[in-house]
Amino acid sequence: MLDNLHNVNIAIVAAPLLGAIIAGLFGGAIGRAGAHTVTIIGVAIAFLLSLVMFNHVVIQDAGIVSHSVYTWLVSDGITFEVGFLVDKLSVMMMVVVTFVSLMVHVYTIGYMAHDEENWPEGSGAGKNSYQRFFSYISLFTFSMLMLVMANNFMQLFFGWEAVGLVSYLLIGFWLKRSSATYANLKAFLVNRVGDFGFLLGIAAVLMYFNTLDYAAVFNAAELQKDLVISLWPGTEWSVMTVICILLFVGAMGKSAQVPLHVWLPDSMEGPTPISALIHAATMVTAGIFMVARMSPLFELSETALSFILIIGAITALFMGFLGIIQNDIKRVVAYSTLSQLGYMTVALGASAYAAGVFHLMTHAFFKALLFLAAGSVIIAMHHEQDMRRMGGLRKYMPITWITSLIGSLALIGTPGFAGFFSKDLIIEAVHASQLPGAGFAYFCVLAGVFVTAFYSFRMYFLVFHGKERFRDAHHGHDAHGHHAVHEPHETPWVVTLPLIALAIPSVLAGGMYITDMGFGNFFGSAIQVLPQHDVLGQLAQDYHGPWGMVLHGFLTAPFWLALAGVVTAWLLYMKYTHVPALIQARLQFLHTLLEQKYYADRFNDWFFAGGSRGIGRLLWQWGDVRLIDGLLVNGSARTVGWLAAVVRHVQSGYLFHYAFAMILGLLLMFALFVIAG
Amino acid sequence: MIPLSNYLILGAILFCISMAGVFINRKNLIILLMCVELMLLAVNMNFIAFSHYLGDTGGQIFVFFILTVAAAEAAIGLAILVVLFRNRRSINVADLDSLKG
Amino acid sequence: MNFVMPDFMPALPEMFLLGMVCFILLLDLFLSERSRVVTYLLAQSTLLGALLLTVSLYEEGRALTFSDTFVHDPMGSVLKVFIYLATFLVFLYAKDYLRARNMFKGEFYVLGLFGVLGMNVLVSAHSLLTIYLGLELLSLSMYAMVALQRDSVQASEAAMKYFVLGAMASAMLLYGMSMLYGITGSLDLGQINTSTAAMDNNSMLLAFALVFIVIGVAFKLGAVPFHMWLPDVYHGAPTAVTLYLSSAPKLAAFAMMMRLLVDGLGGLQEQWEGMLILLTVLSLAAGNIIAIAQTNLKRMLAYSAISHVGFLLLGVLSGTQAGYAAAMFYAIVYVIMGLGGFGMIVLMSRAGFEADSIEDFKGLNERSPWFALMMLILMFSMAGVPPFLGFWSKLAVIQAALGADLVWLVAVAVVFSVIGAFYYLRVVKVMYFDKADVGAPTVSAGFDLRVVLSANSLAVLGLGLFPGSLLALCVAALA
Repeated sequence: MLDNLHNVNIAIVAAPLLGAIIAGLFGGAIGRAGAHTVTIIGVAIAFLLSLVMFNHVVIQDAGIVSHSVYTWLVSDGITFEVGFLVDKLSVMMMVVVTFVSLMVHVYTIGYMAHDEENWPEGSGAGKNSYQRFFSYISLFTFSMLMLVMANNFMQLFFGWEAVGLVSYLLIGFWLKRSSATYANLKAFLVNRVGDFGFLLGIAAVLMYFNTLDYAAVFNAAELQKDLVISLWPGTEWSVMTVICILLFVGAMGKSAQVPLHVWLPDSMEGPTPISALIHAATMVTAGIFMVARMSPLFELSETALSFILIIGAITALFMGFLGIIQNDIKRVVAYSTLSQLGYMTVALGASAYAAGVFHLMTHAFFKALLFLAAGSVIIAMHHEQDMRRMGGLRKYMPITWITSLIGSLALIGTPGFAGFFSKDLIIEAVHASQLPGAGFAYFCVLAGVFVTAFYSFRMYFLVFHGKERFRDAHHGHDAHGHHAVHEPHETPWVVTLPLIALAIPSVLAGGMYITDMGFGNFFGSAIQVLPQHDVLGQLAQDYHGPWGMVLHGFLTAPFWLALAGVVTAWLLYMKYTHVPALIQARLQFLHTLLEQKYYADRFNDWFFAGGSRGIGRLLWQWGDVRLIDGLLVNGSARTVGWLAAVVRHVQSGYLFHYAFAMILGLLLMFALFVIAG
Repeated sequence: MIPLSNYLILGAILFCISMAGVFINRKNLIILLMCVELMLLAVNMNFIAFSHYLGDTGGQIFVFFILTVAAAEAAIGLAILVVLFRNRRSINVADLDSLKG
Repeated sequence: MNFVMPDFMPALPEMFLLGMVCFILLLDLFLSERSRVVTYLLAQSTLLGALLLTVSLYEEGRALTFSDTFVHDPMGSVLKVFIYLATFLVFLYAKDYLRARNMFKGEFYVLGLFGVLGMNVLVSAHSLLTIYLGLELLSLSMYAMVALQRDSVQASEAAMKYFVLGAMASAMLLYGMSMLYGITGSLDLGQINTSTAAMDNNSMLLAFALVFIVIGVAFKLGAVPFHMWLPDVYHGAPTAVTLYLSSAPKLAAFAMMMRLLVDGLGGLQEQWEGMLILLTVLSLAAGNIIAIAQTNLKRMLAYSAISHVGFLLLGVLSGTQAGYAAAMFYAIVYVIMGLGGFGMIVLMSRAGFEADSIEDFKGLNERSPWFALMMLILMFSMAGVPPFLGFWSKLAVIQAALGADLVWLVAVAVVFSVIGAFYYLRVVKVMYFDKADVGAPTVSAGFDLRVVLSANSLAVLGLGLFPGSLLALCVAALA
């Protein structure tokens, strides 16, 4: 039985990989239909087998499945392995990842159907782009599964970097657009900063624990908690704090926490299915997953937890503000993602790991839904993304409208919807937390509720209600002139089917799992919380089932804040549509601050990019050109080259010289080893 | 009875002569082949002397094999020499210098 | 006097080989030019048959036979398997090359198979006599093969040089053997080991014998200063023969070193360690430096082979089981890479065009991006860039040397391998950044050659990603 499960694990990762390889290498031969069939089958297999594992680990509660598959290498007593650990935490991630991925695969058939229009005329790079796209998203599924199923740090790092690579490839998928290549370069560089911290964290783990295996590290963590390290003379840091903060820096990069958040909004340059899959539902939550997975380590450092709490709180509130002023439909959702990732991070900081992961799951469903709905709108609007040129789409696209409404309601935490349970849980957990910074975080997450509701419904009203502004816009923009307006119409079934399929868990997943995941000990040994940090345990005493929570939800501050946000959005964008411009004129400086995204990009450009270019130029001119190139490299290269030219003449071509060389060698060895020895 | 060392010294002298022959001779390739044969004979001398003084027949059997192999070696050497001569019209050692560096 | 039948089982692959070679030799006389492919196919199936026999005997464990002159052990079996495989690839790569030059004759295959038999005997030798016989069978075949292209001036010159120096080296080896025989009174490696181990370590006579024996081994490997034949022979021989010379005989030379120095003279490890260090340093230095000045790819790869021998010796001289396993791993890895490297030259060449100059690879990426990539893999691997196979083999020998506390020697090896990276990367640079000459040929080789050569190169990458099994095989073979 267990052997079979081991094979199931291998098949789960192998199926998408195989699909990716076939679609990638033989895309030209198997054609479009072949490529999407083979990748969808691969991901579907992974999804079904993940359900098998879910059945085994969760429903039958038959214990975790942990095994190593291949020993890659043994060096100095440290084994580097490929191995799988499937417990309740990872199996939940597996199901979410493969489900969303499957939906996105199906959706992509519709979204990328006319991809050749996105490439410049006669561009060779656009050839087989459809197949390449499917290959990439399947490869992503493989990488993400490797990440969540890892049972050791090395494989975690492999998956971590592999998802980063695919993300990079997909942000720059339309590589003929300069904005896309700029965005993927930015994503790459910012992630490098995070990954560097992550790598240092893994190195520190290796240094202090002498193993990369999760179980061994977690078991030994308790013993190491009092160790200190002197990072620079005169200071003492707890080793655990250093390790945890370094690992969290990695999570900050991948999960786009302030100040490493700058890449995520730009990543919207990629095709929309990718934004849904990678930059909303799965990859960006890898950091959250990783911290939850490392809970036995993070629990040992209150400093690190406070740090996480504050970073998360800042991200949750201030990234929400940015969503208010965006006009690009995808960017609104992107900033909303940033803000929601902040919520998850806050939960981690408050030691409510289960709540964070729970929110991760519900968010994966409703945010993927919102992104795919946005994509559906974009298809209908012929790749127009500016909300100011939309409006009144409700009657043209009923399915997209309803599902978007469900997604938005879930996002703002309407009692009963999935987002309500998870978000409310986080807010309550922060309220109960005693860590330094918890007060600030509580304020941020509460205020965030209002902001979330406001920007979500601003987007909803602008897109689906009000005047049909696309009719005005087209007069100026339509180059063809003679058929003035494209009537928007509902998108094909491959697009709407995933919307419906995602809408269902967006409503139900919260109520179904709140009892187990939120308050019950769903994750078992996968997540460890020290008794003094156990905020969820405290909350559980007042918990009386999902219905009780819903009823209670109507009486709490978050609900009224959310309602206020919706009403404000309605007033400003439906009722008094001239007011926003007025406010903007009055609070010009604030608007500029938000429009410039708190000047983070400017600052990065000036300080990091400019500064490193300056230092680089300095080192290049003085250090490299003169010293290293001039003297060391070219100098020694010249010497070696000269030596080679001279020494080669020893090989004179004459037989007697050769024989003589042998005899000289003989005599040399005699002298050294017979006479002297 | 002649002591063992005399045989060994004779063998060593033969070996040295033949080695010197290989690198001193710059004219004729055939002399090189002869030197190589002489080297093997020097070795044979050693083997037989040891074999006799140790009272062990293994060395003498070894010599039979060396003689046989030497014959084969000479055959191949001469064959190569013929090929070389046909290509170059010369068996001068100093002319063999197209491959170098 | 009663006659005891020797146990033939341990030597079954060798006897099969011998029978088949004689059969092919005879059969080939009756074949017309057009049906020569029968010889080729028979030769290949002989190798596969021997492979099967050797594999099936692998589990038998160590056994001595033929009055203890022949040994069957796991190390021998593993090396033989790789010898068959390497030769199989050589025959496959060489087929079109030989056809185009009117050399597609039975001799090539018969001599090649006799060489394999010689290597097998050498690998399984357990007596000075069998070592000598195996060595000569291999060498004589190779002398003849170098001269196979009868109308080539360079080939006949190379053959002559190889012959004279080779004969001299085997005479030196024999001289050492005769001294060893005199000292220990036995030709059997096991008995030699027992008696030398019991002797005074500083015996001058033993050192005297040892020097000659080490020279014999060093010549076969091509270690500096006994390497002079190697560049000229690799350069002058037809590429198909160079391919043969550079592959399987390296494994046989490694086995010869293991049999003589470890099985036979293991007690003198302290003494031969010093000699091997000398050879290592000289080989690394001369091989890597002179290679930089080369313009001919075959010659460059010849010097590169010399430098690889330096690394190989690094593993052996550490004198530990791990070191021997690392050296064996290195030898096998080198053979895989060398086959690919010389195979690329064969692939690029056509009738009347040798493609053995580095210039001929200019702009290969434009003409044939796939094979440029394959060559890139091979060159990176030879330079020791991770994650290719060559990196792991270098890592293994370096770890072994570090285990023997030879830190300075490791430093030397690393410095020279950095210098060595230059000439490998130059080939890559030429392929990717230089413009091709007008009318430069495209790859027009046969399908089998393209596929197998690609597989060969990809194996360098694939085994580089998963080096564990091959290394484990080597460790198990020597345990």
